[in-house]
Amino acid sequence: MTANAERGAVSHSKAAGTLRAQALPYLLLAPSLIFLAVLFALPFAQTLLLSVSDGDRLSLANYAKMAGDLNFAPALRNTFALVLTVIPVQLVLALAMAMMLQKVRVARDIVLWIWTIPLAVSDLAAGLAWFAILQDSGYLNSFLYAVGVIPDQQAWLSYETPSTLFLGIAAAEVWRATAIVLMILVAGVQLIPREYGEAAEVFGATSWQRFSRITLPLLKPSLQTALILRTVLAFEVFAVVYALGGRNFPVLVGEAFVWQHENQDYGVAAAYAVLVMAVSLAATVVYLRALRVPREQQA
Amino acid sequence: MGAYSMRLLFAALIAAAAIAAPARADDIVFMSTQLRPLEEAQKLREVILKDFAQKVTFVPEDAAPLTTRMKAEAEAGKRTVSLIAAGHGELQPLQAIDALDPIDDVAAKLGDRGIPASLMTLGKLGTDKQLYIPWMQATYIMVANKRALPFLPAGADINALSYDQLAAWAKAIQEKTGQRRLGFPAGPKGLMPRFFEGYLYPAYTGGVVTTFRSPEAETMWAAFKTLWQSVNPNSANYDFMQEPLQGGEVWLAFDHVARLKEALIAKPDDFVAFPAPAGPKGRGYMAVVAGLSIAKGAPNRAGAEGLIEYLTKPEVQVTTASEVGFFPVVKVDLPANLNPGIKLEAAAVDKTQSAPDALVSFLPVGLGDKGGEFNKVYMDTFQRIVLRGEPIRAVLDSEGEALKAIMTATGAPCWAPDPAGTGACPVK
Repeated sequence: MTANAERGAVSHSKAAGTLRAQALPYLLLAPSLIFLAVLFALPFAQTLLLSVSDGDRLSLANYAKMAGDLNFAPALRNTFALVLTVIPVQLVLALAMAMMLQKVRVARDIVLWIWTIPLAVSDLAAGLAWFAILQDSGYLNSFLYAVGVIPDQQAWLSYETPSTLFLGIAAAEVWRATAIVLMILVAGVQLIPREYGEAAEVFGATSWQRFSRITLPLLKPSLQTALILRTVLAFEVFAVVYALGGRNFPVLVGEAFVWQHENQDYGVAAAYAVLVMAVSLAATVVYLRALRVPREQQA
Repeated sequence: MGAYSMRLLFAALIAAAAIAAPARADDIVFMSTQLRPLEEAQKLREVILKDFAQKVTFVPEDAAPLTTRMKAEAEAGKRTVSLIAAGHGELQPLQAIDALDPIDDVAAKLGDRGIPASLMTLGKLGTDKQLYIPWMQATYIMVANKRALPFLPAGADINALSYDQLAAWAKAIQEKTGQRRLGFPAGPKGLMPRFFEGYLYPAYTGGVVTTFRSPEAETMWAAFKTLWQSVNPNSANYDFMQEPLQGGEVWLAFDHVARLKEALIAKPDDFVAFPAPAGPKGRGYMAVVAGLSIAKGAPNRAGAEGLIEYLTKPEVQVTTASEVGFFPVVKVDLPANLNPGIKLEAAAVDKTQSAPDALVSFLPVGLGDKGGEFNKVYMDTFQRIVLRGEPIRAVLDSEGEALKAIMTATGAPCWAPDPAGTGACPVK
């Protein structure tokens, strides 16, 4: 009887123990889940609701107003053009920089540190720094004038020079945000065991073959992370564009800001926010499918 | 008492102090969209409010966050702000969310200040109650670098320019110097819509809403498009004209007096200030008013009333003019020892108001939170016609529909210079 009761008590506490062990991950996840629910899911639901309501009733009037606005098409075009230009350049640059870092023997940390400085600069500050370079009386013009390339001040960022305006913004974005891609790729490269490369070398693989057949496939999880992160952030590009282009280069998030603050139409601003969200989600899905990582490779 | 409970007590004390600090009864929280730049805010705190007996916490804030904050305070039921200062157009959205307390009692006490009746009427924001007391006023003027004066067209009087003469002047500068040196504040935070609403439209069409798509408006946009060929293309990025003026990038500029001030104060000998040009219907100009309102449920209404009385005293109004360059709303004479830069502005404002062909317009009334979209109609029209080269008539017709929708939705009656009438102001 006593033994039985004891056994019961033991199994009970064991069951409680496993239950606690099973619940533990969820308990640990709970704070972040609650945080996300309150500060992300709830505002998102409110934004979604705001975007489809017109007074008290449901309607798509805000979306119609958004699509009918004179800046909608340029904003969409500019945002996609920036993403499609900046991301590939950043990817190639960051890959090249990560590979170079592997070969650096001396002062590797200092090189990495210098390359990641832009990461610490706020995006508006970065935009203003580039503005100081590219504006009419900026450093670029001063330099070009001093070496005699231009006879007078040259405008780079006006509505009359859309191509240099675009290039200026793209350059600033590449400078500002390549470091984050680099950081993720550097971490990924370090996880690749050296033996693979050494074995391939023994069998006479060229360095390009080693890069394209070994490094790149094994880097896929990092590439996926870096691309998703950068693309989502690139669709949200705003501060650099605002500093360099102002009204001359509308982008989606900039338009959301203008509708919220200048035009004070929160419904249309919400419609833009939902559009940016949808575009980012779509891009994420594309990456997840295109760069699918085999289960055994998921660390 | 252990170290832990000591720490807890200490934390609780800090928290209590943090909660209690802003709620001290004698403290007046004064939020303002005016005098936001650091230097102006310091002038207000240290010079203008020097002789005011009570403690004032001056909080400069942008218009949109101010509206959000007043909404949030009302929803939370916890009021901190007593006095609000903002531009006429910025107070309208606050009236729309019912954040302003009627202050007819305060207005009655200020009867002897000599604030013009037209300004007091503006302070009703289209209702039958006084919602703000006019505090300071300003307008828009033009400033020219003296290097531009040799290019002034023959026979033109700088104080009685026409838009055609301005165009000829800017063109002459462009031809002789190779640079486009006329500038407008058409940047994202610039006040360009006011140029169309208070200057160009009244000068060419004699109205602003009713005449939006009139044949005169068509002529006006064609003329302005031609003039724009001599305008510095960076205008689309300029927010405050004092910067390109001081840098020499621009020689001729139109802007709000507060946004030209720095250039004139820094180099009063390099610049001249003069009224905006005139068109076929007169010299359109806009009177800008900043007002003082008491927040609904203000924690310190008596203090706010006292502060309004203080800020509208003639001697304080003079101090305000000389310190921050906004002009008095009450009847006073400006002192002779005024800063030379401010003096240039004061003279230009005076020449504007007393010009024989002056055509005053007021800020839009009764648009509520549609003020931003109203401005957008004028800026969109400008961008489509001038920057993107769309056909004038088609743009005026389609933007006219947008304007009509705003006027119908708000039911705002016409304001000067459009002829007064009942019902929503029509777009003819």
